[in-house]
Amino acid sequence: MNAAVLQPTEQTVNQKIRVKGLDFYYGAFHALKDINLEIPERKVTAFIGPSGCGKSTLLRTFNRMYALYPSQEAHGEILLDGENILAPSQDLNRLRAKVGMVFQKPTPFPMSIYDNIAFGVRLYETLPAREMEERVEWALRKAALWDEAKDKLRQSGTSLSGGQQQRLCIARAIAVRPEVLLLDEPASALDPISTGRIEELVHELKSDYTIVIVTHNMQQAARVSDYTAYMYLGNLVEFGVTDEIFIKPKMKETEDYITGRFG
Amino acid sequence: MNLYTKRLFVNRFNLLVSLFAMLFGLFWLAWILYTLVVAGFTALGPSLFLQMTPPPGSSGGLLNPIAGSLLMAAVGTLIGTPVGIMAGIYLAEFGSRGWLAPVTRFINDILLSAPSIVIGLFIYEIYVVNTRHFSAWAGTMALALIVIPVVIRTTENMLRLVPDSLREAAAALGASQWKVITLVTVRAAKAGIVTGVLLAVARISGETAPLLFTALNNQFWSVDMNAPMANLPVVIFQFAMSPYDSWQHLAWAGALIITLGVLVLNILARVFFRSRTPTY
Repeated sequence: MNAAVLQPTEQTVNQKIRVKGLDFYYGAFHALKDINLEIPERKVTAFIGPSGCGKSTLLRTFNRMYALYPSQEAHGEILLDGENILAPSQDLNRLRAKVGMVFQKPTPFPMSIYDNIAFGVRLYETLPAREMEERVEWALRKAALWDEAKDKLRQSGTSLSGGQQQRLCIARAIAVRPEVLLLDEPASALDPISTGRIEELVHELKSDYTIVIVTHNMQQAARVSDYTAYMYLGNLVEFGVTDEIFIKPKMKETEDYITGRFG
Repeated sequence: MNLYTKRLFVNRFNLLVSLFAMLFGLFWLAWILYTLVVAGFTALGPSLFLQMTPPPGSSGGLLNPIAGSLLMAAVGTLIGTPVGIMAGIYLAEFGSRGWLAPVTRFINDILLSAPSIVIGLFIYEIYVVNTRHFSAWAGTMALALIVIPVVIRTTENMLRLVPDSLREAAAALGASQWKVITLVTVRAAKAGIVTGVLLAVARISGETAPLLFTALNNQFWSVDMNAPMANLPVVIFQFAMSPYDSWQHLAWAGALIITLGVLVLNILARVFFRSRTPTY
């Protein structure tokens, strides 16, 4: 229904990330096979597919998270604003300042709510106390957590509820002012109400950030994303405007998965 | 007898056996504490903490061995703890590749279970023999050598309990590996690491064998680290075997002090660990 509306904007959209001929290996296991994909700027792109299809693996190449583990290797090109981030000369810490990530399970650090957010900022900037306070408030407001957390900024981040912890992690990622936000099943450990809040948040954040979200939940992908990629067994089966993928997918496999006949 | 009554019987029988096993262990522990309190009580009093060890036959206190034990245990811990924590960090955070970490871990396990008299003899051979006199430094080194493997083991184990997702989250913000370790991982494992250090202190405060060949003993007040120094375990050893009544009483009092000290350290370690451990 929105396909016609989306068409004109699609032409003006810039491509933030271009993936060209990407192969990924866990040791000898070939996990991603010749992936080619373009992620548009300031849009939400969802990766869907059955467990083990490689969607999280693909997401983790965008900030080179896999580099923590020596046996994992990526070959090909991933261009972020035209620069190949897989090049050996790429500074990982600078890349991760540009590309933030939120994980499946909330991971508050064992420190106060305030320090949780200031942690990332302190890695790149030396701010006077006043400005740091402003930055923390800004990030918490952006993540829709300010009202709940403003009176307990000095309390431990682990004292928050699961949904609040996940919003704290989003605030923490935003605070370093990235350009891209990677969300790896950010709501799969949360209850429906917290999930709803995270989805609203994704919707609000996309005016400022390029968002890539991995999800198991197809309704969620349909609700929050502008573009959807369907993956299966390490291959990118289909990629396109979300409404088209869900209403009239080009590939039979995509249709089977979306209609629940498979997976 | 049907199956249900049989299971009920087996259950009760096993419960009873483990209850008796527990009581058996507890009985000896209670007896030890009782004997210590009864025998050590007669010598307890202010003079115990104010006077030096007496010559045979006269009365006195345990001030110099108490001070000596505290000093050597403190310096030994101060030397052993940083080394142990750093090595533990290496094993837990960098130890997944190469051959160095498995070898270190193996040697550390041997050191952990080495009889403390061997460590005493080792320091005697490499330090006391060369300096030609017993000294508090030698005793401190022997104690530090006992602290190190205990701290390495607990630090490594506690760091391994920190979930990898926390390390990934910190790395995803662009923190370098060293910052991830010092600001996030070690902080998450802090309670466990401190507990390990407290248990190491408890362990060395009762060790006699490593001090016998190193710090020896001193009849007088001395805080000179280059001279022999009095300490509770060796004083207990010497006084308990003497024929003099006043010395024997002091030995019991010293044993009581060490036991109570170790008990307090253990309780502190437990309380600290329980109240400060974040849950994930």
